Amino acid sequence: MSSNDKQASPDPAKGLVANAFSHTFLIVWGLLVTVPLIWATIQSFKTDQEIIHSPLGLPAEWRLDAFGRAWTKGHIGEFFFNTLVVLTGGVTLTMLLGSMAAYVLARYPFRGNRVVYWIFVAGLTMPIYLGMMPLYLTVGKVGEVTGLESVIGRGTYGGLILVYVAYSMPFTIFFLHAFFRTLPTTIAEAASVDGAGHVRTFFQVMLPMAKPGMIGIGIFNVIGQWNQFILPTVLMKQGDPKVLTQGLLELAAEARYETDFARLFAGMTLAMLPILAVYLVFHRQVQSGLTGATTK
Amino acid sequence: MRKGRGWFITGFLIAPIVLYVVYVLLPYGATALFSVTDFDGLNPDWKIVGFENFGNLLDDEVFLRAIGHNVVVLTIFPIITILIALFFAFMLNVGGRSDKAGVRGVFGSSIYKFIFFFPQVMSIAIVAVIWRRVLQSNDGGMLNALLMKLGLVEQNDPELFLADPTPAFGTPQIHIGSMTLDIPVVLVCLIAIAVWGSVGFYLVLFSAAMQSIPKDIFEAATLDGATRVQSFYKVTLPLLRDHVSVAWVYLGIAALDFYALVIGLTPDPGGGGPNHASEVMSSVMMSNVLRPSRYDAFAYACATGISIAIITLLFAALQFRVTRSRDKIEF
Repeated sequence: MSSNDKQASPDPAKGLVANAFSHTFLIVWGLLVTVPLIWATIQSFKTDQEIIHSPLGLPAEWRLDAFGRAWTKGHIGEFFFNTLVVLTGGVTLTMLLGSMAAYVLARYPFRGNRVVYWIFVAGLTMPIYLGMMPLYLTVGKVGEVTGLESVIGRGTYGGLILVYVAYSMPFTIFFLHAFFRTLPTTIAEAASVDGAGHVRTFFQVMLPMAKPGMIGIGIFNVIGQWNQFILPTVLMKQGDPKVLTQGLLELAAEARYETDFARLFAGMTLAMLPILAVYLVFHRQVQSGLTGATTK
Repeated sequence: MRKGRGWFITGFLIAPIVLYVVYVLLPYGATALFSVTDFDGLNPDWKIVGFENFGNLLDDEVFLRAIGHNVVVLTIFPIITILIALFFAFMLNVGGRSDKAGVRGVFGSSIYKFIFFFPQVMSIAIVAVIWRRVLQSNDGGMLNALLMKLGLVEQNDPELFLADPTPAFGTPQIHIGSMTLDIPVVLVCLIAIAVWGSVGFYLVLFSAAMQSIPKDIFEAATLDGATRVQSFYKVTLPLLRDHVSVAWVYLGIAALDFYALVIGLTPDPGGGGPNHASEVMSSVMMSNVLRPSRYDAFAYACATGISIAIITLLFAALQFRVTRSRDKIEF
């Protein structure tokens, strides 16, 4: 696919069969991936009657009212807001604390350095649901002990944010640790000669140099925390602020009793849009970030 | 050495460590501790009961059947995903026309990658909402409606898909002691959805690995008279061995988990339905807390969790031993 291939004169007969063969299979899989998504999106423009009686047809009239109902009555607007609050706090804190810890562990040898690093990385091997039952009690306890029940206690934004950050630490540290190790030492030394302290060297010299790594792990954490649903399902109960994934699953469960299918599909479409937008812009970084991280 | 090095290290590490210990390590530790008690989640007067909970697990038919389901997923899901992903990666990179410059990739490979990878970034909630409706067990579901239109399914006898607990494709139900090994239709549907979501990810992974193989190796193979198929088996596959091993381990761990799909897509509170036909180990653990059938359900669920963790770690260790590369090829 590189551009300099174009200079070679193509031989049309050779490989034409292989080419058609490849495209056939690739297009079939492409349809398998996209048709369910497009079908579900189209349903949000239909009436309930159309959804039930002609599931494959297009809407007689492209109606937008289901989106309004999803946003207000389906509480999608509220879920969006909650998700944004948690995501902003969660990703910011994750990046800050994760990069700080990774930097120190990567560049400051001290007694116990390896132990701390491996304890963090060991968290990658554990399935997340393993600690879920005690976690519910832990979050309540932390609120009680610190006296900050309304800020970081059970069912609060703060509590959920701290839990997100804690569970994002292993991978963030693992990823950035490898990144900080590859940065040249000379620049940090020069900064030190110029009289910059450790903290200033980190924020003004090292962190800007680590930008590509920070963007990669940042995208990873945005997607991961946006899609997180086990943690909020366990921690946020009836009456607590709900995030989008959790709210959507509950909307889907409600749809069994209440027949407003269009609202459910519209809610799903709305929830899909932001991630689609991020993916459209950053798809290269997302693809290489998510897969590259796997093989590290 | 600059002053304040010790303070700097402490200052930068303290917050991450405290958060990690409090919210991750302590709960894991607590799960391990409560697994040998009769704690009910509320009453602080619990006592140690030893390995009784683990013993009960060995007689728990729902849990044993769930292990069977994980084994089924573990045997089918990784291999299908890897085969499809490898096939498409090969198509994308060397499936195109060949010319004087040698074999080249197909046109529009980055568009294919863009589309195939997309399910990977969607939340499980969206995947669940879509697939529940696509596989709906009446004529309102997309797949049923499509099959009816094609005349493959009778109007009054729709496929049940996710609501079908009967064995798929007439597979037998095997009983070994109190353990049941079966492949219900609902489980096959879940595996299909998992493959649908994962192929793009491994396609991109393998594709990147194929691109890092120098072109002259393929050209040399072509000069020696190798066909495309031969060069795939004799050149590409051996050079991708490390990546396939990594994929195998990751997919295996995902197969032993499967929690999100089960809870998002299957009937019954807490997932696993109908009638435990799609129950996997992790869903049994979580529904043990949601549907307490015994007073110490909390402790019992903890013991279930510890058992799953042990099984997963054993599997991972085994896989790494088996697939560890013997000699690394550098280029």
